[in-house]
Amino acid sequence: MKLTVKDLNSFYGPAHILFDIALEVGEGEVVALLGRNGAGKSTTFRSIVGLVENRSGRVMFEGRDVSDLPTHAIVRGGLGYVPEERRIFTDLTVEENLEVGRQPKRPGAPQWDRDKLFKLFPNLGEMRGRPGGRMSGGEQQMLTIARTLMGNPSLVLLDEPSEGLSPKIVEQMVDAILAMKKEGVSIVVSEQNLHFARLISDRAYIIERGRICFGGTMAELDARPDVRDAHLSL
Amino acid sequence: MAFYVVQFLTGLASAASLFLVASGLSIIFGVTRIVNFAHGAFYMLGAYVAFTLTERFSGAFGFWGGIVVAALAVAAIGVLVEMVLLRRIYHSPELFQLLATFGLTLMVEDLVVLIWGPDDLVGRRAPGFKGAIDFFGQNIPSYDLFLIVLGPVVLGVLWLLFQRTRWGVLVRAATQDRDMVAALGVNQKWLFTSVFALGVFLAALGGALQIPRDAVNHAMDLRVIVEVFVVVVIGGLGSIIGAFVAAVLVSELNAFGILIFPKISIILVFLVMAVVLIVRPWGLFGKPEAPVRRTPGLTVNPWRPLTANERLAAIAVLVVAAALPFVAGNYVLTVGSEIAIFVIFAVSLHFLMSVGGLASFGHAAYFGLGAYGVALLAKMAGLPMIACLLLGPLLGLLGAAVFGFFAVQLSGVYFAMLTLAFAQIVWSIAFQWVSVTGGDNGILGVWPEKWAASPSHFYWLSLGIAALAVVILRIIVFSPFGFALRATRDSPLRSEAVGINGKRIQWTAFVIAGTVAGLAGALFAYLKGSVFPDNMGISLSVDALVMVLLGGVETVSGAVVGAIVYKALNIWLVSQTDWSKLVLGAFVVLIVVAFPKGIVGTLEAFLHRRRKSSSSASPVLTSRIETAE
Repeated sequence: MKLTVKDLNSFYGPAHILFDIALEVGEGEVVALLGRNGAGKSTTFRSIVGLVENRSGRVMFEGRDVSDLPTHAIVRGGLGYVPEERRIFTDLTVEENLEVGRQPKRPGAPQWDRDKLFKLFPNLGEMRGRPGGRMSGGEQQMLTIARTLMGNPSLVLLDEPSEGLSPKIVEQMVDAILAMKKEGVSIVVSEQNLHFARLISDRAYIIERGRICFGGTMAELDARPDVRDAHLSL
Repeated sequence: MAFYVVQFLTGLASAASLFLVASGLSIIFGVTRIVNFAHGAFYMLGAYVAFTLTERFSGAFGFWGGIVVAALAVAAIGVLVEMVLLRRIYHSPELFQLLATFGLTLMVEDLVVLIWGPDDLVGRRAPGFKGAIDFFGQNIPSYDLFLIVLGPVVLGVLWLLFQRTRWGVLVRAATQDRDMVAALGVNQKWLFTSVFALGVFLAALGGALQIPRDAVNHAMDLRVIVEVFVVVVIGGLGSIIGAFVAAVLVSELNAFGILIFPKISIILVFLVMAVVLIVRPWGLFGKPEAPVRRTPGLTVNPWRPLTANERLAAIAVLVVAAALPFVAGNYVLTVGSEIAIFVIFAVSLHFLMSVGGLASFGHAAYFGLGAYGVALLAKMAGLPMIACLLLGPLLGLLGAAVFGFFAVQLSGVYFAMLTLAFAQIVWSIAFQWVSVTGGDNGILGVWPEKWAASPSHFYWLSLGIAALAVVILRIIVFSPFGFALRATRDSPLRSEAVGINGKRIQWTAFVIAGTVAGLAGALFAYLKGSVFPDNMGISLSVDALVMVLLGGVETVSGAVVGAIVYKALNIWLVSQTDWSKLVLGAFVVLIVVAFPKGIVGTLEAFLHRRRKSSSSASPVLTSRIETAE
């Protein structure tokens, strides 16, 4: 397994947010984490990369227990994270944003560099010197993904990449994610949009009120309309 | 004409050092969000270490090498401070960070006296820059020309460093969103440490380069830090260009202010700063920050009025305190009066800070205004003591009404700096307006009338007023006004949305706090029989902050305990040791790191836990206070 999460519990202050989350991601797989707004998708990702301080449980990445490592060490180990709110460095140019994400090459993981990423996201290549603050939402979303890929991750947590994007940009996003998969990057993508998830994912988990309530292939999910209707708003 | 050009060039030369120190402060703030009060201390250390090194090693190489090595050595000390102290408080509220670094400043002040002695040290002239250049009959020291060139050179080097290196890109990214930088695999710890090292290096270099111009002394830290605060606030915290422009502006204002308005030269700079903050609160080159909710404390416990039993206990304590004159001598009673006065002062700041969420770094201004109010009424108008005590604090009220109106337009660090600047204006007026205030000599002979003159009577008077002040402020805390004030503190937007006029509420709180502080100052004038500009100085403002912090920022009346413990400890320390600042500074640092809740807060938390474990499993409040934005 590429990534195994077991018994993950997270808290914000006195509030218990995640309950015994368990996830598995295989080598080269694209797994969707589906759930409504506030179900715990982002908190799951933030907990995996160590951005939630108060948490317990096991996170195994490439056979190594990373539960107790600080965020930067987890990320350097090859577990990339693309946050939901994009969090572009608005004062920095496109190229500088990419520079922040750059990490040394890692044997066994897909390699990325500026030129390769500009091929994947041609829009970005046309605005290398533009400050991040003067880009559209879709361009910013591409830049966050590209920025994380500069770290040569072998697995990427993608938090709601289609949120707030126009249908045309969503199409480009699907192509980009499939291209990443082709390069050999394993991906966990959180989504509210089942149609988008179906286009890219091999398997899916459904999270509801901080608990995983379904796990299976996309076909299995389609065979259970009751589960789908109960936990996802369509 | 030539004279003005020379004056202009002198200003530019002064700007160089100021820019070095200010850019260091700005860089550190940008990334770590810490306003490093100890920056002046590092500046001073740079000067002292450079003095020793340049005396020890002769020749041009010894001099210039000594300057650079001194800056590097102080930077190494800075790294140590960052790793041992600051890393523990990066997530603390900004007030705690300011206080911890201020504690450090106090310690350094005593340490330099311990190592280098209390006398001014005059250093070597710079080899190769000993002479002066003739400019139409006016002399310009060639070292000044060197500094004038150095400023822009350093600006250029810093610009290249931040624009053209990976480290610079990372620092700029971290300035904007440090968690995201960590989420991209960058080790924040070392980034912070290296930024701090660079900032301290610049401060120490600024200090070291001053040796040929100025004598080295152990008070240069506070003088420079106030100027540097002004520079970064005018230029915009976090902006290096801003620091440069503002350093030049401030230095030129100083250089020409002294010619044009010799009487108000000190306050000219502060006036400019106040104007800039009101027009562009984030400084000339800074960026406005998104409004964030800032609680002065770490957690918010629900506050409640005292229960009947607790009220009885409070009255019992008051009765015991009132019995003191029957057992204690005159010295103890005088100390007791002073402590009671500082209880009034501390609770007034506590009201503004904890209830209002506005941490003022210049609260002593209103204390001092009250004191001067009494002194002027008593000496010039010859009013009776009761009238003076009632009318004197009105000067505090007036000052708070004027300054408070501007100050509450801001929040957080900028609020702290603006209040500090206002306090410095008031201090400067008291210091410079000799004909009215007596300047440095103060106003003497403000003695209480017969009925209050004996130590025991004055003690009862102070104690009574202190008790009254605490009770009245508590009543206000639990009044509708108090609720509105706390709502504004916790969420300005939400309270605005339910129809609370936040600014007016805060302004009112500022005026109340200023008036009560003025009352404390009025009593203090009678206790000491005199008033001096120091009654409104920075160190008194910081004393008040430490009292509040020591008692517990999150408590309703912790400041009472904080004032008693701190003042008693302070008086005892001064009588026991010559190194009171060293002990006091270490004490402040210790509280911030080890007991951020203060004495009362720690006790409350302890009692709360015991009560919780003894009562049967009550349903835990699943409030989301901390996640709310």
